[in-house]
Amino acid sequence: MNLQAEIPLDYMIVLGTIVFFVGLMGVLIRRNLITMLMGIELMLNAVNINFVAFNHYLFPNRLEGHFFALIVMAIAAAEAAIAIALIINIYRQFNTVSVDDVDELKY
Amino acid sequence: MTGPKIIFFILATAIVVFSILSIFSRRILRAAIYLLFVLVALAGLYYMMNFQFLAAVQLMLYAGGIVVLIIFSILLTSQIDSKLEAPKGSHILSGAITAMAGIGLAVTTLLNFKFNTSPEAAIGTDMRTIGRQLMDTGAHGYALPFEVISILLLAALVGSIYIARKSRT
Repeated sequence: MNLQAEIPLDYMIVLGTIVFFVGLMGVLIRRNLITMLMGIELMLNAVNINFVAFNHYLFPNRLEGHFFALIVMAIAAAEAAIAIALIINIYRQFNTVSVDDVDELKY
Repeated sequence: MTGPKIIFFILATAIVVFSILSIFSRRILRAAIYLLFVLVALAGLYYMMNFQFLAAVQLMLYAGGIVVLIIFSILLTSQIDSKLEAPKGSHILSGAITAMAGIGLAVTTLLNFKFNTSPEAAIGTDMRTIGRQLMDTGAHGYALPFEVISILLLAALVGSIYIARKSRT
C-alpha cells in the first residue's frame, strides 16, 4: 500500500500536535491525579505518532522510529506503574487524590 | 476520497474527539474509557503504516495493561458514581490559550519545514527484521537499549511494589 501518495506527512504531524496539546491541556485544567496521568499518557502517544510517521515517511530504510516508539511505550508502562503506586499511597495518607489538597511534604 | 484516506480520517477524527472528551468528561471512569478508544484508534493508525508489531504492542500494553491499571486505581480511589468537580473557568481559559498557541506555533513551524525523504530502499517491517535488529549488537542493532529497558522495567516494578505496600508500623 502506497500510503505516501494517499496521506501526506503533514496530516500525521498535525494529528500528533493536536493530541499532544490536548493532553497538555488535560494536565493543566484537571485537578485529579489520575486524570492528569491520563493527560500524560495522551502526550506520550502523540510523540509516538510522530516517531512512527517520520520513520514510515522519511526513513523507510531503517526502523529507528519504530524502536524509539517501542521504548517510549515501555517507559510509559513503567511510569504508569510507579504513578499508580504513588497515587494509591497518597490516597491512603490523605484520603483524596486532588492535587489541591495534597500540599504537605512531610506527613 | 480513496479507501486509505477515508480510514485515516475516521481514525483521526476518533482520536481527536475522544481525546478531547477524555479530558473534559466529568465522570472519571468514562474518561478512562475514552482514553481506551484513543489508544485503540492509534493502534489502527500504526497498522495503516505497516507497523503490525507496534500495533499489537500498543493494543496489549496500553489497552490491555495501562488502561486496566488506571481503571483499578480509579475504583480504588473514588466512588463509581461520583462526579469530578468541573474545572474552573479561568483554568479552562488559560489551558485553551496555551493549547491553541502551542498548536499554532508547532503546526506553522512544522509545515514550513521541508522534509527530505531518504532515497534508500525501504526495508520490511516483518517480525523477522524487527527481531533481528532488536537483538543485533552491530550497526542498526538495538541490543543495548533493549537490555537497559528490561532493567528499568524490573526496577520500576520492584519500586512500585515497595511504594504501594502497606507499612507495618
